[in-house]
Amino acid sequence: MQSVETHAGFSRTIGRALRSSPLLPLLPGILAIVFLFLWPLGQMIYFSFTDPTVGLENYRRFFQTPAEIRSLGTTMWVSFLATLLCAVIGYIYAYSMANSSKAVSRLLMGAVVLPMGVNLLVRTFSLQAILRDTGLINELLKSIGLIQSPLPLIRNTFAVSVGIISMELPFMVLPIYNTMVQINRKLLLAGEGLGATPARVFLDIYLPLSLPGVFAGSLIVFVSSLAYYVVPQLLGSGSEMFLSQDVSNWIQLQAEFGYGATVGVILLILTLGTLLIASLFMNIDKTLSETTGAK
Amino acid sequence: MSLLSIHDLCFRYGEKSVLKNFSLEVEEGEFVSLLGPSGCGKTTALMLIAGFEYPESGSIVVGGENLNDVPAYRRNMGMVFQNYALFPHMSILDNVAYGLRQRKISKPAAYKAAEEVLSLVQLQGMAHRFPGQISGGQQQRVALARAIVIKPRLLLLDESLSALDRKLRVEMEVELRKIQREVGITTIFVTHDQEEALTMSDRVALMRDGSIEQYDQPSVIYEQPKNLFVAGFLGKANFLKGDIEAAQDGHYSMRLEDGNRVQFGVPRPLEVGSSYTIGVRPEKMEISATPTENATMPGTVSLVTYAGGVTQYEIQALGKEWMVQSQNATVHGAIFDAGQQVWFGWKPDNSLIL
Repeated sequence: MQSVETHAGFSRTIGRALRSSPLLPLLPGILAIVFLFLWPLGQMIYFSFTDPTVGLENYRRFFQTPAEIRSLGTTMWVSFLATLLCAVIGYIYAYSMANSSKAVSRLLMGAVVLPMGVNLLVRTFSLQAILRDTGLINELLKSIGLIQSPLPLIRNTFAVSVGIISMELPFMVLPIYNTMVQINRKLLLAGEGLGATPARVFLDIYLPLSLPGVFAGSLIVFVSSLAYYVVPQLLGSGSEMFLSQDVSNWIQLQAEFGYGATVGVILLILTLGTLLIASLFMNIDKTLSETTGAK
Repeated sequence: MSLLSIHDLCFRYGEKSVLKNFSLEVEEGEFVSLLGPSGCGKTTALMLIAGFEYPESGSIVVGGENLNDVPAYRRNMGMVFQNYALFPHMSILDNVAYGLRQRKISKPAAYKAAEEVLSLVQLQGMAHRFPGQISGGQQQRVALARAIVIKPRLLLLDESLSALDRKLRVEMEVELRKIQREVGITTIFVTHDQEEALTMSDRVALMRDGSIEQYDQPSVIYEQPKNLFVAGFLGKANFLKGDIEAAQDGHYSMRLEDGNRVQFGVPRPLEVGSSYTIGVRPEKMEISATPTENATMPGTVSLVTYAGGVTQYEIQALGKEWMVQSQNATVHGAIFDAGQQVWFGWKPDNSLIL
């Protein structure tokens, strides 16, 4: 009798707590974030300041090593270049998607989304097969007599950019396409009715109204490119390294965990800094939810 | 010669024929409404005039120039869209000045002209706001200002008032008409609202299935409809359909399809033995407690709708439901009750022979 009452009392307490505290239902999520994300992250930051000695020694070492600064520059420059090219290609692609018949539009959508189902490693290797000195392109150009020695298509910035673009194109195309299809056709007619040539209508009305999609896509692509590892590893040159390759080098080859963690933290700051700067110029939440259709 | 003359225009969307031999003449300075049920092709006709669509055959001539092959951006038409289509990323001033800027007018001159038109539509002081920051009625005025500032050959309005609430709409109707007269601009107004078409237009073109049924002044199109469709679409009417059996002193006896017989007078002679459709508008009928010269048919009131200025009755008589409207002309005038026996009818002149 006693135990039944206690049990009921306990349930009531839980029930009351659930109703009174809005945080309680979030508990499983919070626990997952803390143990799977915040804890390892905290550990990484902790290592960067304590291993092997306590202090800023790891950071001083990073910024005093020219090779590391070069690596930082390469990461940012190649990511920027790839994002820019991706935006141009993505815009043209999304424009054709948004302005063609339903069937063609679906076909283009499939072509850009389907490769996402193929493993990143497999896609990078196939790019290698296409770009290398004895690869598809060079062999083809040689066989028709256009070139004698192979073009330098691999082990350079160009190859890494091609790799990033081929992986990231869907993330550029989709937000741009989403903004484009939301543009009211009547606005374009209104422009034309007021005397604007089709080119002017595009420049004055269509382009400005589709720019939020370009910004959203560029932000996604740039931030993801910063952390690329497999693509620069397989397609890039050994002398121009991405920060993520650097991290892997220090931790896997040199077993300097503290210093590797430091490079990781710097990569994280780079990413957060990009988002911070972007947020000064646009409402990220709004832009991303409007252009990607997420609510 | 008319300013706008459209001849035998045909247009189809895929298999569906939207306009069939559509012809229309509009005089300089005229306000013409294209009125019709949805899907009758009225908006398509407007799109063809603006140049947003091209006809399959037929011609559109404005001021003697055939526009068939002229692209929209060289037609100089002022269009106001149903939901205004203001450019959301431009200020009100830039929206209004846009058309002028396309005409290579310098920025200061374009802004000055835009400011003037904005004050004509009573939006001075709004110039630097954006479309998202102003009300629907104000957006409507901006769209109008943007269309008239380019001094277009024709002002084209596509259901431009239907997004506004009733009170604002009536205000805008008056204001639109005033501005239209002031600027003296020839206007084509597409609407599905018969009241709007009647109150605003010099002439109304009533459309059905891609062509014009009747094109006349509002009073003519209402009082002398050409056929059953026009009489039924514009306003209400009681219709009688049947064979004329006998004639006596200008009064006729008609045998309705259900066998009932109705006696009435008409303004011009009918042929005995032929089939006719007669229409009578509810407000042209008379209702009375006792038989009078014009109220000669007995009936029973089945529904009374009091609407202030007028009272609408539904009367059961001769196996039919009749709509009768009576003016509440005096403070203590009689209002009949449901279930009451009444007499009703109409003057011979009020019969519409369709």
